[in-house]
Amino acid sequence: MKLSDYSKVQSALQVLLILAAFAAVWQFSVTLFDVPEYLLPSVTDLIREFRSDWTFYLQNALYTLETTALAFVVASIIGVALAIAVVSAKLVDNVIMTLLAAFHNVPKVALAPLFVIWLGTGQLPKVAIGAMIAVFTIVVDTVVGLKSADPEVINFARSKKAMPLTILTKVRLPGALPNLFGALKTATSFALIGAVVGEFVGGEQGLGYIIMTAQGSFDTTRAFVAIVLLGLCGTALYYCVDFLEGIFLPWHVAHRKT
Amino acid sequence: MIDLISVSKSYETRRGPILTLSDISLKIAPGEFVSILGPSGCGKSTLLKCIAGIEPISSGKILMKGVPVKEPPDFMGFVFQRDLLVDWRTVLANVTFGVELAGRGRKRYTQKAIELLRRFGLNDYIHRYPWEMSGGMRQRAAICRALVDDPDLLLMDEPFGALDALTRDDLNLELQRIWSADRKTVLFVTHSIPESVFLSDRVVVMDRNPGRVAAVIDIDLPRPRRLARRDDSRFVHFATSLRTVLEDCGVTRKDEP
Repeated sequence: MKLSDYSKVQSALQVLLILAAFAAVWQFSVTLFDVPEYLLPSVTDLIREFRSDWTFYLQNALYTLETTALAFVVASIIGVALAIAVVSAKLVDNVIMTLLAAFHNVPKVALAPLFVIWLGTGQLPKVAIGAMIAVFTIVVDTVVGLKSADPEVINFARSKKAMPLTILTKVRLPGALPNLFGALKTATSFALIGAVVGEFVGGEQGLGYIIMTAQGSFDTTRAFVAIVLLGLCGTALYYCVDFLEGIFLPWHVAHRKT
Repeated sequence: MIDLISVSKSYETRRGPILTLSDISLKIAPGEFVSILGPSGCGKSTLLKCIAGIEPISSGKILMKGVPVKEPPDFMGFVFQRDLLVDWRTVLANVTFGVELAGRGRKRYTQKAIELLRRFGLNDYIHRYPWEMSGGMRQRAAICRALVDDPDLLLMDEPFGALDALTRDDLNLELQRIWSADRKTVLFVTHSIPESVFLSDRVVVMDRNPGRVAAVIDIDLPRPRRLARRDDSRFVHFATSLRTVLEDCGVTRKDEP
């Protein structure tokens, strides 16, 4: 085993240990203070509930995960396109950034019910809400990345009579990748928030829907199982992006192997 | 090769126009190695950028092979003060970056790039990344990048200014070797007197406020020159006369107790 593999295993063990300790404290406190299950279920209650109907939970988790992933992809494509438009022309910069800033400051949760009117109760409105919440951070960070290209490298490109499009694809975009990936990592959790909000306001599927119905019947355990699964979904997406970052940015300071 | 006819450049500021280059005339023959020596702020880098066609001039004319410069010429390599290698490309891909940016494709130049990297002692780093190399090695790679499409003209803007003295000596030797072999026209901006004497056929001394030519001195030393010869009386003589010109300009203080 290589030294780096060894330290990876070690850090994974550390994470597991911390999680186990957290679960132990949770379990112990609930038992010690005799907290009723409808207020705060214990860890063993959660495991029992999950095992009683695990296909149901996994199906819904998968549905939410799919919605989130779709919202994330849509937000990424639109976000990067907008960012490129912003750095391409001063006028577009002013227009898009002003609109985006204004729009971003409207709590989009407040718009969620409207999306049900516009797009129904299927998956589409949830994808739309998730994408809408996630897109802002992608645009803002990518613009910063595109704008911070080394002016001297741009000068060098100009001395080679490079086309503006070539400068964009070969100088600005590769240089903006670290910022883009930073934004994508935050965007995964925004997309998840959007998906859950969408499931709250309308629909018959997903972890958000489970939480809403569980609340209606005071089934706290059920809601908690869904919440834990949401946490797992978010973490999984985050590490997917992290993994991709390692592949696309082997040259970045954070991933250098030397 | 290059013909500067009373070139001036000024730019507008809030407090009125500032003259950065004033009435500069200069002729550079093909295959000649010319240094531009001067203090910071004398406009020597600006002059180089004007010749490269990436900065416009306000009046006068710059002729390149008899044709006025309106855009960067194709047969030109530019070495900047910083190496400007990009982190996301391997050393080889950085060397072919310029021709790729020019839209000429990298494939045709890969063989030449590898040859150049070997010639500059970077054989082991061809497929490594720039951040795995030292400053001197990076600047060597930058020179390879400028030479990869075999330009007639090499413009160098204080290329060794950020390097330590030993690496600098090393690269001076290397540059002389390359120049002697290919006889490209080189225009070399520096603020080091010994460097300009060691490398050049001619040194153009510039003064500042506004940037102008103070003197042009022919360095009539036999080649190949050796670093050890820098203590030689003829070498010292040229260095002293350049220093005197700079002193007369008030750039450096007179060397008196």
